[in-house]
Amino acid sequence: MSKVRIEVLDRREFLITSGAAVAALVALTNGALAKKPATEVLNELTKGAKPAEGKVKLEMPEIAENGAKVRTKITVESPMTPEDYCKSVAIIAPKNPATFVGKFNFTPDSGRAYVSTNIRLAETQEVWAVAEMSDGKFYIGKATVKVTVGGCGG
Amino acid sequence: MAKPRVRVPKKAKKGEIIEIKTLIKHKMQRATKDKKTGKPIPRNIIHTFEAKFNGKAFFTGNWDTGISADPYCAFNHRVQESGEYEFVWKDDAGKTYTAKAKIEVA
Amino acid sequence: MPGIKHRMGGPVLSVLLAGAGLLALGTQTAQACEPCKGKYEVNGKKSGYLYSMPETQAMQDDDFMNPGTFWVEKGEKLWGVVEGEAGKSCKSCHGEPEKMRGVYPVYPKYDEKTKKLINIEQRINRCRTEQMKAKPWKWESEELLAMTALIGYVSRGLPVNVKVDGPAKPFFEKGKAFYFQRRGQLDMACKHCHIDYAGHYIRADLLSEGRAGGSFPTYRLKWQKLGSLHRRFKGCNKQVRAKPYKPGSDEYVNLELFVKWRSNGLPVEVPAVRR
Ligand code: HEC
Ligand code: HEC
Repeated sequence: MSKVRIEVLDRREFLITSGAAVAALVALTNGALAKKPATEVLNELTKGAKPAEGKVKLEMPEIAENGAKVRTKITVESPMTPEDYCKSVAIIAPKNPATFVGKFNFTPDSGRAYVSTNIRLAETQEVWAVAEMSDGKFYIGKATVKVTVGGCGG
Repeated sequence: MAKPRVRVPKKAKKGEIIEIKTLIKHKMQRATKDKKTGKPIPRNIIHTFEAKFNGKAFFTGNWDTGISADPYCAFNHRVQESGEYEFVWKDDAGKTYTAKAKIEVA
Repeated sequence: MPGIKHRMGGPVLSVLLAGAGLLALGTQTAQACEPCKGKYEVNGKKSGYLYSMPETQAMQDDDFMNPGTFWVEKGEKLWGVVEGEAGKSCKSCHGEPEKMRGVYPVYPKYDEKTKKLINIEQRINRCRTEQMKAKPWKWESEELLAMTALIGYVSRGLPVNVKVDGPAKPFFEKGKAFYFQRRGQLDMACKHCHIDYAGHYIRADLLSEGRAGGSFPTYRLKWQKLGSLHRRFKGCNKQVRAKPYKPGSDEYVNLELFVKWRSNGLPVEVPAVRR
């Protein structure tokens, strides 16, 4: 299985196939996606559509003491019914060596399109959260985080 | 390996939306080279997270190296019936970690 | 910064720091979390907790979120593990770990046997070698960190209370001298940063008073794991481009006593979380 082939396939195909090998493939594709420039990652996630501003609330501290662990909370406005729900939200950190940080997938059973986690930020930057809705629309929320440099080594 | 942590309320009302918190000890190692020997250190991160209720996945994650070491993840679930949660983390080394928790609908 | 020969008084520090690329950006009082202030500020001494951002404080406050507690759990497990030729575990002789409450705040202390100071890590390893006839744990190993964290954890909330008089005095004096001695290419002492410039920024980093006697081992965001106080000392030595000593060396144990004495009265907060 060559890496080139993995890159040209849509990630989604891997997610719906099953088996142990697939997990490894997903990992690989994530890696491949992550190395790409942020705009390209965004394009792949939205299949070229331009996400609208709004609906996505991305909460992060204005200043992070250390980029190794930055509090990240995302809430997407959605009724979360089987007819109308938020399917996923992806985090993109354009100035990280790996721009694709992760994707969280919801179902109507989630009740609320909400996730709270910690992410790594290599430097001060604007972080993006991109939500995909069940009607195929995309929304984006942004937050700027100042990452301070650690002064003491070791 | 330390046991993963999950915090799930013991009881909920039918239709209530609860918050679930999870934390697992994991280095989330990105591919790099050993500073001293120059030997490559392969990537080993948790790439997949799944939260299931009574066997059905309701929240999942596809993570990359940007998720911090000792990954923390909190999310919601709309509880309709009593049952059991299962949480599953899978890493690049092929390891699977699981945790379970029960909830009762009053 | 080879070539810099200034003798630094207070105000020259910023010039020197600027020269070294460590520009002091200004001053700030400690981050105020009003309700915790009482707990972490005692007789005008402030724990590093109060120099942390609210997000970092919150991570420490909640045992569930505090990743350092994973090591405490590991310590609890190790406590009951039989190892060595004597066929004993810590539990065989000491009972429950809670029996160790009150031990952490008074170490390092003078040890009759070796006629020098002994700290917690060394005390643990002495029990391993002498009582259990097992191998000592390596410095900074997961096991030694875990057990040290456990011994600290069971003393949470108790005030740090090391003795520096009597036979400990000469060692305390050595530790104090270390603290005040300029070293490294930057020709700076611990005291320049942690006494003279506590509350000031160095680069973008807020300097604390370095009163870490109740907080190590600490989970540092930067390390992305738990680490010992001596690992921190090494970092601070390297910071001024001075050669660090070995963890567990007499120099660092003496220094530890001085740092801990500066924290006398502050509560044990192991495992702390810092940036
Ligand atoms: C065979 C019995 C035995 C075993 C096993 C043992 N210890 Fe001890 N330990 C002692 C005795 C006896 C003392 C007191 C020695 C003294 O006063 O010099 C002591 C003292 C200590 C102290 C100092 C207590 C104080 O009040 O200053 C610590 C800390 C300690 N042990 C930790 C441990 C740990 C951790 C383990 C397991 C890794 C362990 N011990 C295993 C017998 C044991
Ligand atoms: C150039 C400035 C500088 C010097 C000199 C320096 N440090 Fe530090 N030290 C820092 C910075 C920056 C930090 C991280 C922020 C803080 O807690 O102050 C730190 C942190 C610490 C901490 C951890 C505090 C906590 O609450 O976690 C200890 C302990 C410490 N230093 C001890 C020392 C000792 C001992 C020396 C002398 C060997 C020393 N430092 C020299 C800059 C310095």
